[in-house]
Amino acid sequence: MQKLLLLGDEAIAQGAIDAGLSGVYAYPGTPSTEITEYIQDSKIAKERNIHSKWSSNEKTAMESALGMAYAGKRAMTCMKHVGLNVAADAFINAAITGVNGGFVVVAADDPSMHSSQNEQDSRVYGKFAMIPILEPVNQQEAYDMTYAAFEMSEKFNVPVMIRITTRLAHSRAGVVRKPLLDEKTVCLPKDPTQFVLLPSIARRNYKKLIETRPDLEKISMESPYNTYTDASDRSLGIIACGIAHNYLMENFQDKALNHPVLKLSQYPMPRKDIERMVNECDKILVLEDGYPVIEELLKGYQEAGTPVIGRLDGTLPRDGELNPNIVAAALGLPIEEGDVVPDLLVGRPPAMCKGCGHIDAYKALNIALESYGPGRVFADIGCYTLGALPPYNAVNSCVDMGASITMAKGAADAGLVPAVAVIGDSTFTHSGMTGLLDAVNEGTPITVIVSDNYTTGMTGGQDSQALGHLEQIIEGIGVDPEHIRVFKPTAANLDEMVNIIKEEFDYQGVSVIIPRRQCIQTLRNKSLVLKVKELGL
Amino acid sequence: MKSDIVLAGVGGQGILSIAATIGMAAVDKDLHLKQAEVHGMSQRGGDVQSHLRVSSNPIASDLIPKGKADIILSVEPMESLRYLPYLSKSGWLVTNTTPFVNIPNYPEMEVVMAKIAEQPNHIAIDADKIASEVATKRSSNIVMLGAASPFIDIEFSALEEGLRKIFGRKGDAVVESNISALRAGRAATEEILASRN
Repeated sequence: MQKLLLLGDEAIAQGAIDAGLSGVYAYPGTPSTEITEYIQDSKIAKERNIHSKWSSNEKTAMESALGMAYAGKRAMTCMKHVGLNVAADAFINAAITGVNGGFVVVAADDPSMHSSQNEQDSRVYGKFAMIPILEPVNQQEAYDMTYAAFEMSEKFNVPVMIRITTRLAHSRAGVVRKPLLDEKTVCLPKDPTQFVLLPSIARRNYKKLIETRPDLEKISMESPYNTYTDASDRSLGIIACGIAHNYLMENFQDKALNHPVLKLSQYPMPRKDIERMVNECDKILVLEDGYPVIEELLKGYQEAGTPVIGRLDGTLPRDGELNPNIVAAALGLPIEEGDVVPDLLVGRPPAMCKGCGHIDAYKALNIALESYGPGRVFADIGCYTLGALPPYNAVNSCVDMGASITMAKGAADAGLVPAVAVIGDSTFTHSGMTGLLDAVNEGTPITVIVSDNYTTGMTGGQDSQALGHLEQIIEGIGVDPEHIRVFKPTAANLDEMVNIIKEEFDYQGVSVIIPRRQCIQTLRNKSLVLKVKELGL
Repeated sequence: MKSDIVLAGVGGQGILSIAATIGMAAVDKDLHLKQAEVHGMSQRGGDVQSHLRVSSNPIASDLIPKGKADIILSVEPMESLRYLPYLSKSGWLVTNTTPFVNIPNYPEMEVVMAKIAEQPNHIAIDADKIASEVATKRSSNIVMLGAASPFIDIEFSALEEGLRKIFGRKGDAVVESNISALRAGRAATEEILASRN
């Protein structure tokens, strides 16, 4: 069969489609975005009418996918690692409800924080929820694992997590497809109480979940993705998780690897393989692209038994993404580095695009704040976070989706004047609305700037759930229409913008200012331009 | 065969189109390929790089180890120097000479060019100028692919075929324009190599 050249993300998407997926639910987030985009563009997905529209946030996505699984069809939800925090309530409880149709949760982690605020490891979440985790080493495994994950989910009545990292998500390689399976038909759960997590039922379901542990460990032992390769030099055994296995093997392309290696790509851990390595090797090196999850489990806190080395003892760096050189250093192998980077090199940080509306909004905000001094602007997650960098130096926080409004509220409660929030339209509908309600209910004096560019810009211009009804939402939450101020952020409007912002600083209640201009990156997106025109924006 | 290539540039300069073209050619020739890209925040005008590995044998790592790259292919001169630790002693540095200046502290061009000239194996061409002459300025990335092509162990015709597939949907004119850019880039390198012999 002809190989497809796919990103890790796309391999997951194709694997899901071929496994008979009926719906993907997601909010854009690097490095997971391309999974859903691939399904949106897929010919088969269109023919089958597979659901692939964006959700408002990861929690609504997770719940919608669970609802589809309740109805007996195969569903998937995809998110970046921090998105799983947003969806965590639904995620953990989905392990207690169990599934009907297969339910797959893809968590795309970002070690080294290429585009994120932290580098949390989703395997911790998978373990927390007590569900199987699949961690592919390459694009073909990403495809094969996803293809098989739905059946695994149905067989063991649990959601199945697929955990990838940025490197695999955004790396391309050849993938061979399997036969396209039919979608499932609607069928209700056999037990009508299965999804009703009243304490009495939840206790029963939780016991069942606990009872699946031995079975899940058994399939991990039998998994073709977990392999134990014995070798003569047992002074060291190596456990290589997921993509870390690639970095290990890269160092042994032209020479033999004489140490036993456990390639670990399916969890819960294959207990017998681990025991074998503990018993047969003098020392164990654990390679994980993320947190030292397995290392910490093996090491324990008593420093007894076979020594375990890795990120915790400094053999590997404690943080950041692994690569072949880091693994080589851990093994004491020489690195034939090329020339050093010359001193003349300067950094080239990402920046807002030339002509971006956020820039004009920040220019006005900075002028309006001049008489108050710095330190009063709480920003959010999106392109406008780049306003923290020179020459703007316009914002003082970026924590999590929606935190701008609520942090401004808390600061206002503390007496900070003015307390300003800057949030994008898509982030506002993701997680800003509920915080705005808190402020409205208390009449907290905050100035919220919803910098509206009609899109989810940072991740590449996906649909914004706010499009066409942003003011109605804000009014509906209870903001006084007189204090909802809309303008077009341009250089020519600078004075008008400054005046409006200053007026709203003086208002002792909730103001929402909406600088509104289309993201310049999306101007070539004809359907969006047309939609904006139709909406009369 | 094996070609490990570090593609370098600034977000938005089209290094992913270069990667896609080589990737398409590699798949057609039934070669193994791994190509690690940068998506997300850095695409907003930051420095971006892509590790592209093509081999007749299976490839382990998505990332090229330091000192192992056969080629640094850069669409921007300063960016070509950022990845020198990856270039093997016998590797080639192939770069565009037109700077992309979106930072206030861009170093002096003479200093950048002198550093490039220090590399024993280097090709430096003005891809923007060549692209404007034979195609459109937007095709400077494909000029650079052409300029690096003598060092990539894939038939030139396969790269042309790759361009046809990548740009096919945009119509014949776009395809032909890019093929002209590819050929012009290759000719520029061949001329430089001939003059050095």
